[in-house]
Amino acid sequence: MRLLFQLIWRNNFTLFFVLLQIFCFYLIAKNNRFQQASVLNATNQVVTNTMEVVNYVKEYIHLRDNNTSLAEENARLRTLLTENKYELNSVYSPVKDSINLQQYEYITANVINNSLHHRNNFITLNKGSLQGVKPEMGVIGPKGIVGIVNHVSEHYCTVMSLLHKESSSSVMIKRNKFFGSLKWDGENPNYMYLNEIDKTVPIIKGDSIVTTAFSSTYPSGIFIGRVVDFQVEPGSPFYKIKVRLAMNFSGLSHVYVVRNLMKKEQSSLEGLNKAKEDEQ
Amino acid sequence: MILVILRHLFRFLLLMSLQILILNNIQLGTFINPFLYILFLLSLPVNLPKLLLLPIAFLTGLSIDMFQNTPGMHASACLFMMYLRPYWLKMISPRDGYDIETEPSIKKLGFAWYIAYASLLVFVHHLFLFFIEVFRFSEFFDTLTRIALSSLLTLLLIIIAQYLTSKPKTTN
Repeated sequence: MRLLFQLIWRNNFTLFFVLLQIFCFYLIAKNNRFQQASVLNATNQVVTNTMEVVNYVKEYIHLRDNNTSLAEENARLRTLLTENKYELNSVYSPVKDSINLQQYEYITANVINNSLHHRNNFITLNKGSLQGVKPEMGVIGPKGIVGIVNHVSEHYCTVMSLLHKESSSSVMIKRNKFFGSLKWDGENPNYMYLNEIDKTVPIIKGDSIVTTAFSSTYPSGIFIGRVVDFQVEPGSPFYKIKVRLAMNFSGLSHVYVVRNLMKKEQSSLEGLNKAKEDEQ
Repeated sequence: MILVILRHLFRFLLLMSLQILILNNIQLGTFINPFLYILFLLSLPVNLPKLLLLPIAFLTGLSIDMFQNTPGMHASACLFMMYLRPYWLKMISPRDGYDIETEPSIKKLGFAWYIAYASLLVFVHHLFLFFIEVFRFSEFFDTLTRIALSSLLTLLLIIIAQYLTSKPKTTN
């Protein structure tokens, strides 16, 4: 027994190191599990206040780009307004829209922290649970999707960027509706790779890539980017398609958090299917 | 004694703000990522009790982690680096040993010695950090390039910082 204590005492430095290291790995593992609320994440007060100051300065640098892309978006949305459409059939102009139910609502938010040059990138937004942001909501920018909400505090939330090792979004080729998953290889923040598209599907360089509604995170049909290159992986039945993103992550400042009002309905229905499969 | 602690505390705050406010926001391609804040750990006195090194390293790493949203990663890399430091110091100690309360610096121990001292520890820190972040071997060579380029830049910044802050030699 005494020998054991002596042994421990002699190696206290190493033992202390191992103990702290185990604690570190616990923190890493805990944070990597999507959705774990933890105290040590970037939604805490001190961190977000600092980030807000940094961002206040950074916003000026990208002001011109942001203004143009927001103006472009405004123009696009303006064309969709009903006032701009000529009414062909005034007899059926409904006062209250009972045919189209509102499915998606948008919460505007400002990016207060963003990274591009890590393997796993996160974004911090200045909206939180008080404004109705919840984990797993999608986030879209003026020119495409941005990521999925990860942690939420009262006034802030962090977003797992598309530029993350674990990020995988369900997207499709607009022309022929074949779908696959969009992933990032960690090299260039302007390009992502579309996998799981069968190599018999015809693809043309320049094909538009848009979102699907499968995950119920984003509305379907949001333009993400264009195919710039594709090749067949040797020994694989799928293409590896290189997609140039329409959005520039580096200048990102105004984004929208997507609230899907029917998400609960869709996922509970899909949950039923899954429960049945598990039984069999 | 108080003065020494205050000096280190000041260095800690300065390097932390430099890292968080400026270096984390500079985008030099996806491959380069300097981490100047470890200069604080490298400059801790040689005679500091070994057991004190680890909590200091842990807290330093953790404070960076909070801002990077990577709980544990920097803490883990810093711990590993500081665990190796006493052994590495012993291996490369000058012929007549270290002075009491020496802080490793170019001015006190010479350029060649400092490069040897810092390059291994910086490399070890970056190696640990980047592999934990990626956590898979399929991107082995990409990660290695990242580590090499980032280590070089960090080392360069550390050397520049040393020359910028050390007072010019007074002629006696």
